[in-house]
Amino acid sequence: MQRYLLSRLIQSVVLMIGVLVLVFFIVRLTGDPARLMMPRDASPENIQAFREAMGFDAPLHVQFFNYMRGALTGDFGRSLHYRAPAMSLVVERIPATLELALAALFFALVVSIPLGIIGGTRPGSIWDTLCRGIGLIGQTVPNFWLALMLIVFFSVELRWFPTFGRDGLRSLVLPAIALGFFPLGKFTRLVRASVLEIRNEDYIRTAYSKGLLEQHILTRHIFRNVAITLVSIVGVQFGYMLGGSIYIESIFAWPGIGRMVNEAVQARDFPLVQAIAVFTAGFVVLLNLLTDIAYAVIDPRIRYEN
Amino acid sequence: MRIDAIDQRGVYSPLRRFMKLILRDKAGLFGVILFLLIVLIAIFAPQISPHDPLQQNLRLSRQPPAWQAGGTWEYPLGTDNLGRDMLSRIIYGTRVSLTVGFLGVLIASTLGLVLGMLAGYMGGRTDSFIMWITNLFLAVPYLLLVVVVASILGRSLLNVILIFGFTNAPLFVRITRGEVLRIRKSGYVESAISLGASQGRILFDHILPNLIGPLLTVATFEMSGMIFYEAGLGFLGLSVPPNIPSWGNMLSAGRQYIQFSPWIAAYPGLAIVFTSLSMNLLGDWLRDVLDPKIRRSA
Repeated sequence: MQRYLLSRLIQSVVLMIGVLVLVFFIVRLTGDPARLMMPRDASPENIQAFREAMGFDAPLHVQFFNYMRGALTGDFGRSLHYRAPAMSLVVERIPATLELALAALFFALVVSIPLGIIGGTRPGSIWDTLCRGIGLIGQTVPNFWLALMLIVFFSVELRWFPTFGRDGLRSLVLPAIALGFFPLGKFTRLVRASVLEIRNEDYIRTAYSKGLLEQHILTRHIFRNVAITLVSIVGVQFGYMLGGSIYIESIFAWPGIGRMVNEAVQARDFPLVQAIAVFTAGFVVLLNLLTDIAYAVIDPRIRYEN
Repeated sequence: MRIDAIDQRGVYSPLRRFMKLILRDKAGLFGVILFLLIVLIAIFAPQISPHDPLQQNLRLSRQPPAWQAGGTWEYPLGTDNLGRDMLSRIIYGTRVSLTVGFLGVLIASTLGLVLGMLAGYMGGRTDSFIMWITNLFLAVPYLLLVVVVASILGRSLLNVILIFGFTNAPLFVRITRGEVLRIRKSGYVESAISLGASQGRILFDHILPNLIGPLLTVATFEMSGMIFYEAGLGFLGLSVPPNIPSWGNMLSAGRQYIQFSPWIAAYPGLAIVFTSLSMNLLGDWLRDVLDPKIRRSA
């Protein structure tokens, strides 16, 4: 177990260094980051002055060394738009994004777990059909369109929820549903499939033939397996939601990291984009690491295989 | 060869086999029909569009759909903020979506197939290196990666295709590699090796044909994903240039008028939903048909 943890930890660190390198090169994809970051109508003199101020005139390896040295101390330069350290701007936005993502996750889990279990234990029933329907719709409805339609029906027509802003629980409902809809479909599919699969296992049949109560089998065996399935996917879905929040936060004017990505990209504020990319990638790497640890703790098979 | 695919004359017919398999699955059949319909719409867009999708007419701007008060059958789905016919624009939008989806998946799956086979078959350092790069790309949230790269490269159809082709390749690498590893361990590859088959023969005669099924299934789902993401980029104003009618660009315009003219955003979105639905149903069906394990139990 300890060896497994250590090797996973080293892998994560190496991966993070790779992410830093990747982000460095992505911003230089066009070959001239100064022109990229300056307004399109900027004069050549202004661009040259900016290039020198940002250190883009230095040889590439010097730029890379300076970038990595800064990155390892958490310094990603200053946002061009806000004129403040980029990483601290990102950190300020964490609570809003985390709140939205957790609410979306909560919505997805609360609906999908009961639905998936009911559908999975009664294959062919109306509940099962509903399960499969939600699984399919979750994958086919784009969240940005769903968000707009939710606004049309629940904010404009019915006036139940505010159209935008972050102001209390009511303002959280629509963005959370829009962001949680895709994971909802995914989770419902997985929970149903995992219940269906487990029902065919020998030990469940044994449990039934021993005359154990349905309740008992559900709690002792089926819930446990559903939990293992979910643990393996929740982390990945959280990473997806960080991406999806670019749309949802922009549409609902939610003051989180996703909206900041959109603003930074539109303003060509690439130091800020860099900081966001490194931060979210780091977050995802950390989540994957935690997922693997949780997985190893819950499921002994993983622990012994490695 | 399967019994049910042999026609009256005793000849094996792939078409017959396809028909047998698709008629058994109503959802799959619906998916195939819907998909073919969308492809036909894209091909014959100029013939079936009632109007020129670029023709502006500010006096007729933001007309509601025909069945709402103030709408006319001249513009069945209404007009957008510049008075352009919504229906014609949606019809033309299928072209952008299908082009991006198809070419994007073609690039991603080809890249993924080559690199994945290399990694899985060569093993050792080649494998470690390819998988490290793959995992690196998979570590950055996909949408963020696409949005950032698109904003750097600028708006063009070619850029969008290339972005999706390259950023989606890691997924195909991972799946190909996994399948290659699985197939290599199988009995028939081991017996081919012990019979002295050459490397090339094992790769191309034994491994490659077995990769087609799983990759085709994933490609169908990923194509649906790319159509999603292309629309998402367009929504943020980062996909094809604004003068090209695409569902994403239409949604982006519709968002500004969501309060009073919701149809401008609603119908392009529905087009995405139906396209995505057709591909998901097709993908589900392919998975069931191509995976012998599931086929047997069904």
